[in-house]
Order: sequence, then structure tokens, then C-alpha cells
Amino acid sequence: MTLRQHFLATAALFALATPAFAIDLEFYFPVAVGGKAAETVQALTDNYMKAHPDVKISAIYTGSYVDTTAKAITAARGGNPPELIIAGAADMFAFIDEELVVAFDDLVSEADKAAWLGGFFPAFMANSQADGKTWGIPFQRSTPVLYWNKDAFKAAGLDPEKGPANWAEMVEMGKKLTVKDAGGAVKQYGVQIPSSGFPSWLWSGIVAGAGGKMANAAGNETYFNSPEAIAALEAIVALSKTDGVMAPGILEWGSTPKAFFEGQAAMIWTTTGNLTNVRTNAPFPFGVGFLPGLKQNGAPTGGGNFYLMKGNNEAELKAAVDFVKWATSPEQAANWTIATGYVAPRADVWETPVMKDYVAGFPQAAVARDQLQYAIAELTVFEGPKVTQIINSALEAAITGQKSPKEALDAAQADADAILKAYR
Amino acid sequence: MRRAWGQAWLFILPAFVFLLAFTHIPVVQTLIDSFWSTAKGRRPARFVGLENYAHMMADPIFAKAMINSAIYGAITIPASVGLSLVMALFVHRRFRGVGLMRVAFFTPTVLPLIAVANIWLFFYAPGFGLIAQLRDLVGLAPVNLVGQPATALYAVAAVTVWKEAGFFMIFYLAALQTIPEPLREAAAIEGCRPWTFFRRVTWPLIMPTTLFVSVNAVIGAFRLVDHVYVMTRGGPDNASQLLLYYIYEVGFRFWDTAYASALTMVLVAILTVVGIGQFFAADRKVHYK
Repeated sequence: MTLRQHFLATAALFALATPAFAIDLEFYFPVAVGGKAAETVQALTDNYMKAHPDVKISAIYTGSYVDTTAKAITAARGGNPPELIIAGAADMFAFIDEELVVAFDDLVSEADKAAWLGGFFPAFMANSQADGKTWGIPFQRSTPVLYWNKDAFKAAGLDPEKGPANWAEMVEMGKKLTVKDAGGAVKQYGVQIPSSGFPSWLWSGIVAGAGGKMANAAGNETYFNSPEAIAALEAIVALSKTDGVMAPGILEWGSTPKAFFEGQAAMIWTTTGNLTNVRTNAPFPFGVGFLPGLKQNGAPTGGGNFYLMKGNNEAELKAAVDFVKWATSPEQAANWTIATGYVAPRADVWETPVMKDYVAGFPQAAVARDQLQYAIAELTVFEGPKVTQIINSALEAAITGQKSPKEALDAAQADADAILKAYR
Repeated sequence: MRRAWGQAWLFILPAFVFLLAFTHIPVVQTLIDSFWSTAKGRRPARFVGLENYAHMMADPIFAKAMINSAIYGAITIPASVGLSLVMALFVHRRFRGVGLMRVAFFTPTVLPLIAVANIWLFFYAPGFGLIAQLRDLVGLAPVNLVGQPATALYAVAAVTVWKEAGFFMIFYLAALQTIPEPLREAAAIEGCRPWTFFRRVTWPLIMPTTLFVSVNAVIGAFRLVDHVYVMTRGGPDNASQLLLYYIYEVGFRFWDTAYASALTMVLVAILTVVGIGQFFAADRKVHYK
């Protein structure tokens, strides 16, 4: 026996001795809120593996949404893509364009197509499906809501149990809630709509409330300078410029809940992902309501979807689909929602006894779900990050008074057209 | 003689291999990539010559980033070097609590830049931030320093100075310790005033350190963008956009790797010219022992 044969024999013995997993899956996931989501994902895969000993899933935490997309693209270009990832729903067209993902439709049975794919809230499916195919499965999804400080409402002589029903009411209440000291300096603003980093997300909620949309379903045309879009931006700018109910300039996302706790802002707009944070840290009773709209209710959806990556064999992808189905099943998705604050993506999840108990004890949690019927997809187009950056810069320019809303949005629409022309 | 050469090559081989693999080959590869288009799913990369560079010349955000980087460098380099020298002179003495003072000056260096940026975000927070409260005490109106285009870049630059000065102070402090005591005594006997002593003796003697520190400050001015990511993401409306942060955005958010390669070549060219220039120009004024 040569040394080499000896080595091979030993290796073979080892291979026989360790229990062979039929299928090995790699699963990249991001965490965008708090630390608890990572543990919950780990627990989810562990539980799945206990019930399915023939499948091994390595859940790999890959940072933020942007980092996760970056790592998945890098791995795919290097010829070693993971089977499954959670990435931003808004990245759908980027993944299609780069030919990195596989649609779920071809891997599920006809019965599942109706029962499973058909069971998700349509608002979430709006940017999970394109060209008649399902590219993403909603999981880690959120939507922004309005939080109000009941004590501040009482102090201003308002009904603490009723939030603003529409934009005009929000401004009117905001004026009563704006408190100045003797010198005229503002001690408490009526409302805070954060605008740092990605102002387009909350703005798209106002656009929806004005009856407008961000983009077409094919993802190759934006409506940045539509009358609804311009009205929405004018409304934000007016909040600090003429209404005087919001602090001027770009307002930070991260410190918005803190501004709420400190009594700097009596109403804030932020994601449902902050629900648990506000519930634990607000030193006063608070209410949660729909985003007030200019004409109607409206909100964007946000967050992440499951995607299947190309470059893996069918057996692996089918195993990944099976895991996704299990993770979005009512019982598992209910645990996930309660642990993280993300909106459960299917109606049947909300029918489980666990979820019903949760909502009974904490009715604010259901506001996000009820708002979904008015929600539109966040900006989801080809060359998404680039187009999003264009609109974000335009919004920042208008909010900080560098350009008028119409001027900024006309320029943004022209820039977006130049990029999206290639996809029409 | 030949054998000596062979040995010398062997000694530098490990460092050389790593330098080649992780610095020089990537630079050459980036240069090549900058002449090609970005590969997308069904469209492979094709040779486009100078198209990426032509696009750069017409890109208003690139122009903005270059101007911002110049302003940012012009502020942070002299300010951090100057401040570090002042701090070093201050703690290069014996008084009660000098140890504590040195630690206080050095602490920002130990903290990760991401943490520093988050701390400063709360300093700057309008309404309840430290700066807002100080302004409130003296009756000034609140300002949103990171949230308005006129001040965002300076607000970011201040963080860099705060972070870098403590690090440079350590080098200056070490240099000051090496100045022989007899020189000081001789100067005292001659009736030399402190300022003259600093200008004629201390400053020339710490010149090598100044060269080292300023090279580092220049590199830092182009290299440190973590806090931009946390504090402003280059906003509002690109007001705090810096060259390296723009490269990150183009390369890893827009996935336009070809254009990012072209931008990277500009950064490499700037750093090469500045680095070489600094060594040649400053070398004449530097006295090594």
C-alpha cells in the first residue's frame, strides 16, 4: 500500500463514519433590526434540521441588506453561490438582470402554486413577482406606521386615543403639539419624518397617499415627477418650511425613536421594525396608526424576501424551497413575527392561536397588517440602487431647500429615464 | 557577490510575494478593468477604451466628490497634525494627572471609527444632542449640522480630526522624548525664549516625525470614510460625498464595477503623486540623525 493509497483509504473510512447528509444548503441572511433576528433565524434552521435529518443548512449571517446582496453577487461571480438568500425585495430586478436567481414557480407543484404562492398578501407580492413569475418569497417584511405620544396629545388638549386620520389633520394636530419656550426656540415638534439615507421610502408612502405610484410593474419606468409625487414632496417640505411642525434639514433615522422618547417629537413615522423598541423604551403610553395620507391611506412595503440562487442543482433548490415553505408556514411565521416585529406575510399566520393571543395583548401589532391593503411596493426597478440614489439625492436637495420640489423631481426623472431607457 | 544577491532576494521574497499579490497585481487588474464595460448577466464585458473615463468627466457627482475630497483634506490634514502637536507639547511635561490627560487624548484612537461616528451622531442630534444643549445654554437657535448641505462636510471632517489627532500625538510625544535634555538646559542658560527654542530646536528635530505623520494624515484623508457611511451616506444631496465613498457606492451598491475601477485609478494616481511628492519635497527639509 503506497502512502497515497493509505491516505485515500483513511479518507474513505472517515467519510463512512460520519453520517452523510444527503443535501447541504448554504443560506445567507441579513439582519436590519436589533440582535434578536439572528438568533431567531438560527433557531429556525436548527428546528428544521431536527425534523429533516437528511438536510443540513448552514445559516450564514451576512451583515446588512446591502452587504448580503454584495456577498451573494460576489459568491455567484466566483462560481460558488449559496442555494438560498434573504435579500431586499427591491433588489428583485437587479437579481433578474444579473441572471442570478431562479423563479420559485418551476420548483413547486401546481397545488402549491395556488395554495402556497397564492396565500401571501398581494402588497408583498407586488415586488416579488415579475414577468408572470415569482422570484421572491416575502418573509422579513415591514411597513412604516405613525407612532404618537398619548401624554403629549393630552397636554395639547387632543384626544389621546385618536391619531391623525389624514395629512391635514396631522398638520393641524402638529401645530397644537409644537411647543416653544419663552425665547421662541422649539422644545417639542409636532411630527418627525426621518429623511437620512433613504428618504424615498417614507416619501413613497406619501406618494401612495396622494394616489400615485413609484414605478411600473415591469420595473423600467418611474413616475418621479407625476403630480402626485410632486404634491407629496411639497407636503414634506411644507412641514418645516411653512407649517413649522417639523425640525428643518435631514432628520436621522437612528435617532428618531430617541427623539420620540425624549419628547422632542410628539408623532414620528418609522418602521414597524421599531415596535418592540418603542414598546420597551417609551416612558409614556403611545398609539400606533396608519400613515396619514394627502387623499387616501397609503404606505410602502419594505424588507427582505427569500431568493433561490442560480448555479445549484435541482435537488438542492427543491430542498431550499421545502425549507422556505416550512419557514413561512403559519406556526413558524407566527414565532418569527412575535420575536422580531416583522409583519407576518400571510393571512393564515394571523389566524393561528399564538398570533391571536399576541394581537389581543398588543393590538398595535395589527395596525401594520391592516395597513397592507393600502400599501404599494417600494421603488423596485432595474438598476435599483442607482435609481434609488438618484431619487434620494433629489429628495434631500428639496428637503434642505437647495431646489424646489418640482425642479428636483424633474431632474431625477430625467436621470432615471436615461438609465432605464436600456430596459424598455 | 552573486550569492549575497541571491540571499537578499530570498529575504525579501515573502514580503515581495504578498505585496505583489495583494497590491500590485490588483492595481494592474483594476487598470485593465477600467477599459472594459461591466459584465451583466447576459451581456459579457466588452472593451470600451476610455469610455469610463469620458463618463467620469461628465459625471457631476464625481466632480462634487473631488471638490469635497480637496476641502476635506485641506481641513483634516493640517488640523489633525497641528492639534496633535499642541496636545503632545501639552502632555510632554510633568504635572499631576498627566497620565490621565494622555489617556484622554489617546482614547478616540482606540475606538472603532464606526462607534465614534455613532457617538458623534448623538452629539450632533438636533434638539437633544450635546451640541444642541450647549447652544441652548447660551441661547443660540438649534442647528442640524449633519442634516444640511452647508455644514455636513465640516461636521464629518471634525470627527476625522478628533479621531486622528490622538494617534498622531503618540508619535510626536515619542519624538519629543528623544530631544536631549542638555539642549534645553543650554538654551535656558543662553536666555532663549520657549518659542525660539521650539522654532530653532524642537521643530527641526521632530521634522522626520512630522513627515511621517503628515504622510499618514494624507492617506487617512482619502482612506477614512467609515464615518461617512454611518453619519451621512454622502448626503444630503452629495454634500459630504468623498471620492472613496463614491467608489464604494458605484462598485458595491450600483454594481458598476468597471466605472468603479476607473474611479479607483484616479484615487491611486492621486495617492501616488502626493506620496512621492511628499517624500521628495519634504526629504530636503528633514534631518535624520
